[in-house]
Amino acid sequence: MIHFVILLSRQGKVRLTKWYSPYQQKERATVIRELSGLILSRGPKLCNFVEWKGYKVVYRRYASLYFCMCIDQDDNELEILEIIHHFVEILDRYFGSVCELDLIFNFHKAYYILDEILIAGELQESSKKTVARLIAAQDTMVETAKEEAGSISNMISQAM
Amino acid sequence: MAATAAITTTSSPSLVDTLFQRSLDDVIRALRSSPSSASEETVISRALDEIRREIRSPDLDTKSVSLQKLTYLSSLHHLDLSWAAFHALELLPSPSLPHARIGYLAASLSFHPSSTELLPLATHQLRKHFAPSPANPPALAASALHLLALASSPDLGRHLASDLLPLLSSQSAASSSLRAKAVATALRTLAVCPDVAPVLFKPLVDCLSSSDPRTVSAAVGAFCELALAAPDPFPYLPLAPEFYRLLVDSRNNWVLIKVLKIFARLAPLEPRLASRILDPICQLLRRSHAKSLVFECIRTILSSLTDHEEAVRLAVDKVKEFLSSDDDPNLRYLGLRALSMLESAHPWVVEESREAVIKSLSDPDTNIRVESLHLIVGMLCESNVVEICNLLNKYAMKSDPEFANEIIGAMLVTCGKNLYELILDFDWYVALLGEMVRNPHCAKGEEIERQLVDIGLRVRDARPELVRVARDLLIDPALLGNPFLFRVLSASAWVSGEYVEFSRNPVELVEALLQPRINLLPSLIRAVYIQSVFKVMSFCFISFIEQIQAVELLSVGGSTQRSEKNDEQSDTVPLKTTESNVSEGDHGDTTADTVLLLDLIDKKTNFTRESISDLMNLIETAVAPLSECEEVEVQERARNVLGLLFTLRETQFWNIEAAHELKSDKELSEIIELLEAAFSEELGPVSANAQKRVSVPEGLNLNANLSDLSKILTDYDLTPSASISFSLQSYNPQETKEDSVLAVEPSSLLAEHRKRHGLYYLSTQRDGDELNDYPRANEPLLPVDHGDATEDLVKLTTPSLVPRKSKPTKPRPVVIRLDEGDGTSTSHLTTVKKSDNLLSEAIRGVLLENESQPSLSGKLDTSSKRRENDASDNSELISQQIESVTLEHGNSSSRKSRQHRTHKERYESHFKNEDIEKSSRHSIKSSRQHRRHKHRQRGDVTADIVPQTPAIQDFLL
Repeated sequence: MIHFVILLSRQGKVRLTKWYSPYQQKERATVIRELSGLILSRGPKLCNFVEWKGYKVVYRRYASLYFCMCIDQDDNELEILEIIHHFVEILDRYFGSVCELDLIFNFHKAYYILDEILIAGELQESSKKTVARLIAAQDTMVETAKEEAGSISNMISQAM
Repeated sequence: MAATAAITTTSSPSLVDTLFQRSLDDVIRALRSSPSSASEETVISRALDEIRREIRSPDLDTKSVSLQKLTYLSSLHHLDLSWAAFHALELLPSPSLPHARIGYLAASLSFHPSSTELLPLATHQLRKHFAPSPANPPALAASALHLLALASSPDLGRHLASDLLPLLSSQSAASSSLRAKAVATALRTLAVCPDVAPVLFKPLVDCLSSSDPRTVSAAVGAFCELALAAPDPFPYLPLAPEFYRLLVDSRNNWVLIKVLKIFARLAPLEPRLASRILDPICQLLRRSHAKSLVFECIRTILSSLTDHEEAVRLAVDKVKEFLSSDDDPNLRYLGLRALSMLESAHPWVVEESREAVIKSLSDPDTNIRVESLHLIVGMLCESNVVEICNLLNKYAMKSDPEFANEIIGAMLVTCGKNLYELILDFDWYVALLGEMVRNPHCAKGEEIERQLVDIGLRVRDARPELVRVARDLLIDPALLGNPFLFRVLSASAWVSGEYVEFSRNPVELVEALLQPRINLLPSLIRAVYIQSVFKVMSFCFISFIEQIQAVELLSVGGSTQRSEKNDEQSDTVPLKTTESNVSEGDHGDTTADTVLLLDLIDKKTNFTRESISDLMNLIETAVAPLSECEEVEVQERARNVLGLLFTLRETQFWNIEAAHELKSDKELSEIIELLEAAFSEELGPVSANAQKRVSVPEGLNLNANLSDLSKILTDYDLTPSASISFSLQSYNPQETKEDSVLAVEPSSLLAEHRKRHGLYYLSTQRDGDELNDYPRANEPLLPVDHGDATEDLVKLTTPSLVPRKSKPTKPRPVVIRLDEGDGTSTSHLTTVKKSDNLLSEAIRGVLLENESQPSLSGKLDTSSKRRENDASDNSELISQQIESVTLEHGNSSSRKSRQHRTHKERYESHFKNEDIEKSSRHSIKSSRQHRRHKHRQRGDVTADIVPQTPAIQDFLL
C-alpha cells in the first residue's frame, strides 16, 4: 500500500502531504526532512526509486514539483509511477495546465482530488473522466451551498 | 445572531474578528510575501494567534475558515493540529456541505488511531453520514469513509463495521464510487480490528464478482493487501478461482498487477495452481506493453514459479530487455533487482547477464551501482574470488567515498562468510585486507580488525604474511590520520606482537610501534601497542639467549646438558618444579633437534649484544614518559615493560659469553623460564560450547540442594576473613618471591592459569584432526570466466574465450573451526517466526463456518442464487471436473481440508479439466473423511468467532 504522499518543491518546501499510515506530527516532520534531503539531491537522469528505511520511495519531478509516494518493498514501482502520472494529469485537467501556484492557493481542492484517486493507500479511481466528473459535482454542490449561506448571512446582516 | 453571542465573554472572538477575518488566501499571500524564514515564522505565529481566537467562535463560517487556515499551516508547515481536533468534530454535523468537508479534511489530517481520544465522539456522526439518504450527498459519505479509513481504531471499527454493509452491497450505479471507497475502508477496518471479519468478509468477497469495474478493482486491491500481510495466505486459497477468472478476463492493468501479487503468494501453496496460472501469465508477459505489468509478471514468475523452466526463460529474456534499455534507468534498476531474486535459485541467469551487470557498476546512479555490486559479489566463487576482488578493490580506489565503503563492506562480508569458505589463498586475502586499508575513504576498520585477528587465530599458515602486512600497516604514517582505521592498527599491533617469531626484523617493528605519532591514537589502542612492544622485546631477548645456547650446543653437542640444566633448576627453584618441567618438556622437543634449531637461527635476525642493548635503550627512551601517562591502561603496561627492562639490566646478562655462564646465573635463567612460559602457549579461539566438554569431576554433585548452606555458613562465620588474613601474612614466603616476578609479568599469570586449567581450553593439537572435519567450501556456482583485466572494467566484460577454472596452486590451509556452532554469526540464519495472525485466523474461521453449514444455503441473496443455478447446472458436469483445484485436497494431510463436497464441485467447475471420472467418486469419499476431520479441527480454531449464518459457500464458486 502507499504509506504517504508528499509534494515537494525544488526548494524543499512542502506543497501537500497525505499520510495513509499513522505517523505522529513529529515523525512527519522528520520524514519530510529526510526525504527532501534524499530526493532533491538526486540528478535528473537517475532512476526514480529510493530505498528508505526498508520502504521504497517512488518520486517523479514535474516542472518544479517532486511527487513522492512511499510504498512497501514488494509493491510495484512502475505502477506507482503511473499513479503519480495519473494524479498529475487529473490535476492538470482540473486546473487547466496546473502550476505550483494552483496547488498553493487551492490546497484543499488538491486534497479532494487526491482523495478521489487514493483512499486508504489504495488506488480507487483509474478513470480520469470519472474523477473530473465527481469533483465537478462536488464543486457545484459547494457553490450552491455557499450561495445559500451567503444569502442567509446577507439577511442577518441586514437585520442587524 | 452569531455575532451577538460572541460578544458576551472577553476571551471569545469579537464581532470585529468575525467581520474582518482574514481568509486562507490572505494568510497564504502573507506567507509568500515574507522574504525570510524568520519573518515567515512571525507570520505563522500571528496567524496562529488569530486562529486560536477565531476557532472558538460559535459562528460556523468563522470557525470553518479558521480551521481551514489551521489545516493549511499544519499540513505544509508542520504545526500541531491535534489541539483543534474537537473543533473539527464540531463542524461535522453542520448542514452546510463546505463546513462539513472542511471539518472532515482537518480531521483526516489530524486524527490518529492511537493519539486521539475524540474518536468515540465521532462515531455517531460517521454512522449518520454512512446511512444512505438524500440528505447525505456522496461527497459527505466519501469524506466520512475516508476519515474512518485513516483513523480507524479497533473500537471505532467494531462499532461501524455493520454500517459499512449497505455501502458495500449497494448495487446502484450512482453509488458505485462509494462502494469502491467502502471496500478500501473495510480493508482498513479489518486490518485494525480482525474480529469484524465475519461481518465484512463476505460482502468483500461479493465485490470481487461485481459488474462495476471500480468495485472489482478496489476489492482486488483489498484482497491483495490482506494476502500480502497475512503470515500464512492459506485461508485465501479457496478464492483462487475468482482471481483466476480476473486474471484471464480483466483488461485493467491495475487489477492484473494486484491479481498477480495475490497469485505470487498463493502459488507456492499449491503446485497445481501454479501450473494452471502459468499459461495466462506467460501470455500477459508476451502481449502486454505496459512495463509495470510486465515487471509484475516477471516478479511473479521469478518469485513463485521458478520450477517452470520455460517461464523462467521467458522472464529472463524480458529482464535482459530491461537491462539493455539505456535510456531508462528505472528499467535497468528493476532488471537488476529481478536478477537478484534469481541469484540463489538459478545462478546461470546472472551469469548470462554478467556483462550488463558489470557495466552497471559504473552507472551514474548509486542505486543501480549498489544493486550491481550485490550481484557481482553474489557471483563470487573459489575460482574467481581473487580476480574479482582485486578488481573491485581497484575500483573502490577510484569511486566516491560512500560507494567505496559499500564495495569494501560487500567484499568483507562475502569473503568472511562461513569462516572464509571462499578463500583458498590466505596470503592473498591478508594482503587484500591490507590494501583495503590503504583506500583513503575506508571506514570499515572494525570489520577488518576482526578479520585480521580472526585469521591470525584460525589460520596458522597465514601468519607470516599476516605479520608482514601488519608491519606495513604499522609503518605507514598516513594511516594514523584516519580515525576509522585505528582499530585496524590495533589489530596490526596485536598480530605483530603475538606472532613476532615470523617477523623479519623485530627491531624495525619496535621502532614502528613506538613512533612518536602514536600519541594520536586513543589510549586503549596505545595500550595494545605497548603490550606488543613487551612481547617483541621478550622475544628478542629469548632468541638472543637461545642463540648463545645453540652455539654452545654446536660446540659441545651434548643433549646431556639439557638434563643437567633441568636438574639444576629443580634444585634452585623447588616450588616451581612441576611447572618448569612442563615448559622444559615443551621446549625440549624443539631444542633436541639441533638441525631444526640451526634452521631457526638462520631464519631469524642474528642478535648481537649491541643490537639488544640498542633495542633496550630505544624502548626505555620511548616508554619511560608513558609510565606517567594519565590513562591507566597505558600507564600499567608501560610500567610492565619498564619493569622487565630493569630486571634484565640488573642481571649479569651483559657479561654472558656462552651458555654455561648462562646457567650459572640463576636469576637470568629464571626470567627466561618465565618469559618462555608466558608466550609459548598459543592463544586460540575458544568455542562457545567449550564448557560443555568439561566433564564433571567425580564426587561433585551439581544437583545438590543448597538450602542447607546458610546453616553451614553461620557455623563458619569467621572463616573466610581468617583465611584471607592468613594468606596475606604468612602464606609461604617463597611464593611471594615468585609473586614479585609475576607482578612484572602479568601474562605469565595467564599462562600459569592455562597450565593449571588447561582442560578448559582447546588444545592446539586439535588442528590436525580438524583437517578431516573441515567441510569443503560450497560447490562453486558456475565457473565464471572473467577476463584477465586488471585495470579496466570494460575489459572484464569481454569474456575470455576459454573458460577456465583456476587451479589453486597450493592446498587450502587449515582454518580452525571449532564446532557447528561457530561462525553462525556470519552465516545467514533466518528463522521465520510465524506470528499468530488474528486476521487470517478470523478469515479462516469465516470460510470454515460457511463450508460446514451447507444446509443454510437457502438463505442466499439474489446474486448468489443466480450463481447457485449455474452451479447446479455445473453439477451435472461433475465428470468434467478436475481434481487439480481441490486445493486443500490431494496430498496434504497437514492442510486441513474443509471443502464440502457440493461446494467443491462447483468450485472446481470453473476450470477446464482433464482427468476426471474415476477421481470424482474418490474425492467425494475423501472429502467426507476430511469433513469429519475438519469438525474436529474447528473446535479450537474458531472458538472465539461469533457463529455466523451467511451462506458464504457461493463465493467460492
